[in-house]
Amino acid sequence: CFIRFFKSLVGKDVVVELKNDLSICGTLHSVDQYLNIKLTDISVTDTEKYPHMLSVKNCFIRGSVVRYVQLPADEVDTQLLQDSARKEASAPTR
Amino acid sequence: MNKPELEGTAHLLDELDKKLMVLLRDGRTLIGYLRSVDQFANLVLHKTIERIHVGNEYGDIPRGVFIVRGENVVLLGEIDTEKEDELPLIEVSVDDILDAQRKEQELKQEKQRLLSKSPQGKRVAPNARFNSR
Repeated sequence: CFIRFFKSLVGKDVVVELKNDLSICGTLHSVDQYLNIKLTDISVTDTEKYPHMLSVKNCFIRGSVVRYVQLPADEVDTQLLQDSARKEASAPTR
Repeated sequence: MNKPELEGTAHLLDELDKKLMVLLRDGRTLIGYLRSVDQFANLVLHKTIERIHVGNEYGDIPRGVFIVRGENVVLLGEIDTEKEDELPLIEVSVDDILDAQRKEQELKQEKQRLLSKSPQGKRVAPNARFNSR
């Protein structure tokens, strides 16, 4: 149910925090069934302890390394999310 | 061909033949041309170089063809060739960068050792006895 949620966020600015403590800010370009994320126009938040990202504008992040995806509160309709999660829990589609 | 459900889906296939920077779980950075992918994000990289960063210096080690198992990939970045020319970093020789990396590792290990020895993180009960060495 989260993939449809992420697809509704395509085009919005998010911050992805990875399990290796790297935080990347960017525009959500696309997402897939494994919740891999493609971000465009990225910038590394926090101190740029990771200089290798300087020449990178777009990136593909493997779903398995994501710890959090930070979203602005006004982009999220929590009521809708709760409802669809409840529906899927009682009647799993897969 | 473009079904509405497929739009907005992240495809690694879009990155084929591009010069990519691959960040691995062990912290290594590989830069190469992506030649092949699969559903596990296993990658075949061509003309790969391993780039080691220490401070504001970096060194490149040529590696040739690399096959990377998908589970070790953290992220793939598309390298902007213009930005690459403007890197504020200094390229040094392979020996120099390996030296610098070793020193950085030693410093980190020293720090770890000192941190684990110091009593700051450990609460000691007032009646505890210290082992005298």
